Amino acid sequence: MTESALTPGIVAGRMGADQYAANFSDLHPPLDHHEALVAADRCYFCHDAPCATACPTDIDIPLFIRQIATGTPDAAAKTILTQNIMGGMCARVCPTETLCEEVCVRETAEGKPVEIGNLQRYATDVLMAKDVHPFTRAAATGKRVAVVGAGPAGLSCAHRLAMLGHEVTVYDARAKAGGLNEFGIAAYKSAGDFAEKEVQWLLKIGGITIETGKALGMGLEMSQLQADFDAVFLGIGLGGVNALGVVGEDKDGVLDAVDFIAELRQSSDLSGLPVGRDVVVIGGGMTAVDAAVQAKLLGALNVSLVYRRGRDRMNASQFEQDLAASKGVRIITNASPVAVHGNGSVREIEFEYSDDDLTPTGQTFRLPADQVFKAIGQTLEGSNLPALEGRKIAVTETGRTSVSGVWAGGDCASGGDDLTVTAVAEGRDAAMDMHAQLMTAAG
Amino acid sequence: MANLTTDFIGIKSPNPFWLASAPPTDKEYNVRRAFEAGWGGVVWKTLGSEGPPVVNVNGPRYGAIWGADRRLLGLNNIELITDRPLEVNLREIKQVKRDYKDRALIISLMVPCDEESWRDILKRIEDTEADGVELNFGCPHGMAERGMGSAVGQVPEYIEMVTRWVKKYSRMPCIVKLTPNISDVRKPAEAAKRGGADAVSLINTINSITSVDLDDYAPEPMIDGKGTHGGYCGPAVKPIALNMVAEIARNPETHGLPISGIGGVTTWRDAAEFMTLGAGNVQVCTAAMTYGFKVVQEMISGLSDYMDRKEMTSTSELIGRAVPNVTDWQYLNLNYVAKAKINQDDCISCGRCYAACEDTSHQAIEMSDDRVFTVKDDECVACNLCVNVCPVEDCITMERVAPGKLDERTGAVVSEEYANWTTHPNNPGATCAAE
Ligand SMILES: Cc1cc2nc3c(=O)[nH]c(=O)nc-3n(C[C@H](O)[C@H](O)[C@H](O)COP(=O)(O)OP(=O)(O)OC[C@H]3O[C@@H](n4cnc5c(N)ncnc54)[C@H](O)[C@@H]3O)c2cc1C
Ligand SMILES: Cc1cc2nc3c(=O)[nH]c(=O)nc-3n(C[C@H](O)[C@H](O)[C@H](O)COP(=O)(O)O)c2cc1C
Ligand code: SF4
Ligand code: SF4
Ligand code: SF4
Repeated sequence: MTESALTPGIVAGRMGADQYAANFSDLHPPLDHHEALVAADRCYFCHDAPCATACPTDIDIPLFIRQIATGTPDAAAKTILTQNIMGGMCARVCPTETLCEEVCVRETAEGKPVEIGNLQRYATDVLMAKDVHPFTRAAATGKRVAVVGAGPAGLSCAHRLAMLGHEVTVYDARAKAGGLNEFGIAAYKSAGDFAEKEVQWLLKIGGITIETGKALGMGLEMSQLQADFDAVFLGIGLGGVNALGVVGEDKDGVLDAVDFIAELRQSSDLSGLPVGRDVVVIGGGMTAVDAAVQAKLLGALNVSLVYRRGRDRMNASQFEQDLAASKGVRIITNASPVAVHGNGSVREIEFEYSDDDLTPTGQTFRLPADQVFKAIGQTLEGSNLPALEGRKIAVTETGRTSVSGVWAGGDCASGGDDLTVTAVAEGRDAAMDMHAQLMTAAG
Repeated sequence: MANLTTDFIGIKSPNPFWLASAPPTDKEYNVRRAFEAGWGGVVWKTLGSEGPPVVNVNGPRYGAIWGADRRLLGLNNIELITDRPLEVNLREIKQVKRDYKDRALIISLMVPCDEESWRDILKRIEDTEADGVELNFGCPHGMAERGMGSAVGQVPEYIEMVTRWVKKYSRMPCIVKLTPNISDVRKPAEAAKRGGADAVSLINTINSITSVDLDDYAPEPMIDGKGTHGGYCGPAVKPIALNMVAEIARNPETHGLPISGIGGVTTWRDAAEFMTLGAGNVQVCTAAMTYGFKVVQEMISGLSDYMDRKEMTSTSELIGRAVPNVTDWQYLNLNYVAKAKINQDDCISCGRCYAACEDTSHQAIEMSDDRVFTVKDDECVACNLCVNVCPVEDCITMERVAPGKLDERTGAVVSEEYANWTTHPNNPGATCAAE
């Protein structure tokens, strides 16, 4: 190791190999058997449990926790996966502090919720370690469905359709399936190659063909899909990113946070991944926090996360903000970028303070920066899509779009939070609706 | 600090907490440490006759059931009486008693059911200077198969006969330890009294199978693929023991007979409850086996605090205090009406009360869309189930409906009069008050 945190510029290998391994291991280490039993014992088996209501996929949480407590984690896993086929990933990435665990009655009672996420991981890990796929396909229906996008929405939809007996082809523009599970989620949330393993496990249901490197609008056309298949599901996520719109944005070293994260997630040797000494992340959501934290974990000396409004308006949860702070990320609020300075490459970035309504104050400051990551929101990309609502594809409760025979779900569709678990729920629900319609049409 | 000194059938001890006859009292090394920890007395692990000692199994001898957090709630054992030579036990008892004169030291005995055996053993223990003997008529496994323990305790005539022998051959105070494995515990207690017992102690362990191994299909604890019933004890048996103590305390035949209360005593509160139901002291086994000798310190401080709070200066003020309030169902006041009330500030909205009331019988709890739970006074029968299942202590309380007020469930005004089943119009055998 010749470089260190102090080395100026964008360099790789700022830390020893052990440090990389330690920094990118599981954020929440898995519960062992004993810990799981102790955690499960705390659940009250609530009536019409508020945690289950808060879960976007409606997992029967008290039931699966009781199944863990009574020594049947496989049954617990099946309870979870019946509602949420990506229960393994969701257990790792769900912001439980704003979902199930936020409303757990033991959070109300003692400020310490039942560890629902960790227990969910325990149960799904036990089952997946056995390489068991607990579902089987219904008799073939002869119906064929195209799913565009192999992210959580698309894969959840595909799995449910396959289970119901349909033949599914999943197209994805990328070279690898998984969507943001594979390219976006922070490395310390989905440690190891879990995303890839989960996709392989999910596909064991059979009846799903994955075609990577096939992008809608680039060779793969909507009209063709509609002609070739009985139904189409769009789960294409948000492929575009918002621009800062400030002078100097095109300088070297100014990158989209999602690209930085994708590169990091695909890297087989993190010590070979260069990172700046002084890094500035712009944004206030999960992506911003993930980029900032991972830059810090890669060995950056100074990482600042700059958000234009107050802390309470940040999309990142309190837990995420605290995580960033605990890793040494400096959070600056009420400041908007006004210019990127530097000679070819970024050297400094200038901000102006503003109040909560974004009214500029005239006071500016500069932060030294070798790298600037933009994380101010992703956008839907594509033409010839069904009608939009705002900046997303308009859908009904069950994912129907303005075009007959075309459903959509996940980040690209209107309604719901942009979360893995919401994408899974929407994909599943659309599949159920597609099935109902396909079977009526058949009847 | 209240004075916890007790005088039980003339045996004095600095507090009413004795260790029951069991493994913690099987040897000098233990008993000395128990006394150092603060135990007021010890009933030495049951001694058998002269000769080769009994043998125990060499596989597991305990089984258990657990509550949340793997807290031990019930323990069962298939252990026999002491497996150490009689002379060794006697020598140790003498040494300990010499050093701890202020503590109670009782010797538990179990020998074959013939006069000679009892006479011999009583002679053997004479010069230990122990304070008394306890006759183990309770052990429900192993020894019972050899005609001892509960095999004697289940036949009142045998109890009376053996107790007589003991009183005939010994001047020591004699406690008869009863088995709960019997349908009416008053009968053996009466027999012990007739035989001249100075006191009874109860309960010994309850016949039980704690669990079954679902791979090997045999009861636990399992020895080489087989299991047998064992004696059950610990917190789970307390309710059974309390009732048996109360039955003896309020039975006119045995009322006033000193009782040493045993079975599931784990905290000072358990001990106090036994004492209010008539126990002159308590004996503890499982709590000490689970947590070690030190638990007695919480029992001592807890009971002392409680007595201070109640301004009691002697344990005798506590003993038997609840006995007059133990009655038969038929004498309970049917005009006493209560309703459950949920304290909304404490409620955490888990909905357990709702599920319990809804699926049990009364459908008396309402759940709003935003998870506010309230009791419907026109449906609530005051059964107390919601109180029992609520995870928050004191969140649901039972509030009396004052006489003169309307009971919304029956539509009748609550009467001030005490009225019970014996005079109730629905009772075919009622003695009508008006007649
Ligand atoms: C950095 C980052 C961190 C995040 N962290 C979390 C987190 O911790 N917890 C959480 O719950 N959520 C998190 N999210 C959000 C979560 O990842 C998304 O909500 C979720 O992945 C949405 O799933 P999806 O299937 O709708 O879209 P995606 O996961 O985006 O998948 C869309 C797929 O469609 C493919 N595609 C796109 N366009 C086309 C096209 N034209 N033709 C063919 N294929 C196409 C893409 O290649 C991709 O594989 C994070 C998001 C980001 C960006
Ligand atoms: C392992 C074990 C061995 C016991 N051995 C005896 C015994 O030798 N003599 C006896 O009178 N009671 C014996 N008992 C019964 C206890 O003295 C006591 O009556 C019973 O355990 C109930 O009290 P507890 O709930 O505090 O344990 C034994 C209990 C246990 C658990
Ligand atoms: S709210 Fe908490 S305690 Fe209640 S069922 Fe859900 S996890 Fe269990
Ligand atoms: S006391 Fe019984 S009937 Fe009344 S609300 Fe509670 S559970 Fe229902
Ligand atoms: S059981 Fe107790 S805490 Fe739970 S809803 Fe009922 S009153 Fe509230």
